[in-house]
Amino acid sequence: MAIEEQKLIFKNLDEPGYSNDIDCYLKHGGYEQLKKAVTMKPEDICSEVMDSGVRGRGGAGFPAGMKWKFLDRKSGKPIYLVCNADESEPGTFKDRQIIHKDPHQLIEGMMCAAYAIQAKLAFIYIRGEFFQGYRILERAIEEAREKNFLGEDILGSGYSCDIIVHRGAGAYICGEETGLIESLEGYRANPRIKPPYFPAALGLYQCPTIVNNVETLCDVKHVIEMGGKEFAKIGTPGNTGTRIWCVSGHVQKPGYYEFPCSAVTLGELIFDVCGGLKPGRKLKAVIPGGSSSKILRADERFTGKLKDGTEYDWGIEDIPMDFDSLMAVGSMSGSGGVIVMDDSTDMVEALANINYFYAHESCGQCTPCREGVPWMRKVTQRMCDGHAREEDADLLNSIADQIAGRTICAFGEAAAWPVQSFIAKFKDEFVEKAREQATRRKAGQNPSKETTLI
Amino acid sequence: MNLKPETIEKIDKLVPRYPTKRSAALPLCHLVQEDQGYLSNEGMEWIAERLELQPINVQEIVTFYPMLRTEPTGKHHVRVCRTLPCALVGAYQTCRRLEEELNCKVGHTSEDGEFTLEFVECHADCGHGPVVMVGEEQFNDIDPDKASELAAKMKSGELSNGMPDA
Repeated sequence: MAIEEQKLIFKNLDEPGYSNDIDCYLKHGGYEQLKKAVTMKPEDICSEVMDSGVRGRGGAGFPAGMKWKFLDRKSGKPIYLVCNADESEPGTFKDRQIIHKDPHQLIEGMMCAAYAIQAKLAFIYIRGEFFQGYRILERAIEEAREKNFLGEDILGSGYSCDIIVHRGAGAYICGEETGLIESLEGYRANPRIKPPYFPAALGLYQCPTIVNNVETLCDVKHVIEMGGKEFAKIGTPGNTGTRIWCVSGHVQKPGYYEFPCSAVTLGELIFDVCGGLKPGRKLKAVIPGGSSSKILRADERFTGKLKDGTEYDWGIEDIPMDFDSLMAVGSMSGSGGVIVMDDSTDMVEALANINYFYAHESCGQCTPCREGVPWMRKVTQRMCDGHAREEDADLLNSIADQIAGRTICAFGEAAAWPVQSFIAKFKDEFVEKAREQATRRKAGQNPSKETTLI
Repeated sequence: MNLKPETIEKIDKLVPRYPTKRSAALPLCHLVQEDQGYLSNEGMEWIAERLELQPINVQEIVTFYPMLRTEPTGKHHVRVCRTLPCALVGAYQTCRRLEEELNCKVGHTSEDGEFTLEFVECHADCGHGPVVMVGEEQFNDIDPDKASELAAKMKSGELSNGMPDA
């Protein structure tokens, strides 16, 4: 029996007849929470968000209320709010749905957040490839402006704030919040050193700035509607609210599915919700939180203690889908992009594909990343091209170990984790690749096989 | 620099909205590229002057962001996502088919100037891979056979180049 979704953010957007214009949104109770918000004290909204326990949906899972609390309100400088809509972690496609199908939910969430932090100006940094999404947002903002949901003296509250939609241009690193800020200022998106450049203190134009993901900002609207404590009842303590899991790869029904945190296990998500694998195929591995999260092998056993002391003993299918459980098994829920691989997948090719991505996206600022990531790409490419060596797995590992922790931003880890985890869990396949090629070479055959993933 | 009046109008409206002129650099690159098809030296110099920057300030942006181009594309700009989720469902095979059908190697423009075929990284629609874009229009679930259909439509002119004002 298929498990029922429980939708909060995606409640309306795929309903028949639901459209992305403001009239439809208003008919569904739209902007009621903004009307409520502007009658509240900004600090009360902040404490509701703190009570809700909502954690950032962009990747790091940092509590949004805490992020807001770090905001330097005493500097006297203007405060900025930035919505990170640069959705670019491979495997993630939730923000696109919100932008395309329910843009006013995002705008309402943003204006509630902007009012709460008393932002002077707000930005939506949208990835450049979302041509249509950009046009939809521009139109939605004009509609909202006409009804005074943004702009001057919003709903007679005396509070004014505008939203500028700013388009990126294809650089993954703009999803990193300080890189995004550099990009907004008109520079290359080279991330900044933290400290001192924590955006909440020294962000955009060296002013206090909050950068939140699209889904997180939509959550703010629901926190105001339900109250923080009520919101916190969805999911489990420390893992509150719903999550939108984006499932891609070798499943029958890829797509996006919304559940309360912890409500489904990885096995239920793959086999019940997504209809399982293609006929005759077996599960081989899952990347559970976007391509930079560490890979999980299908036959692994995960044992240990959770943060609250509960002991667990899980197979891959038993892992509850939430922040803390996925962290406990050595990976992360990241941005919610679940990439499923069946037993037809060549792990060397899969890693070569991932390495190609990160080599392409390194901003080039820190030497270990600029030099190391393309080096890892070259090694895995060479392996796929028929020149694999038995010692390549160790070489890859040693390069990855020298990148992680030695860069300004977390991109270094994002690029190193896939390599480290693929080698830790599938090293035999990397060694076997070299042996196989040697055998074929001896037999006078072409050592490389036709590749499908690179 | 011959920009269309509507481009100039958009630029004049956009620049004063930003707290600093320099913040408008990336948006202006987009607008000039959309107007001209690519960013020439003249285009970059024009943006620099408009924003009171040095031309190098604009050039360093143009050379950083993958979507900004210093050369024109073919009439149809075809982008194929090759990142893992799309690759797992056959993006490389889709691209090979497009190479054959369009007579154009990936990463190049065909000799007749009709097509530019490029690999791109994740376009955030991984549930519908392989994802292919023609101009600004996106096509989902493009297996090799659908790629052949898409190519035929581009060649016959049934499918526009996917640009909004085309």
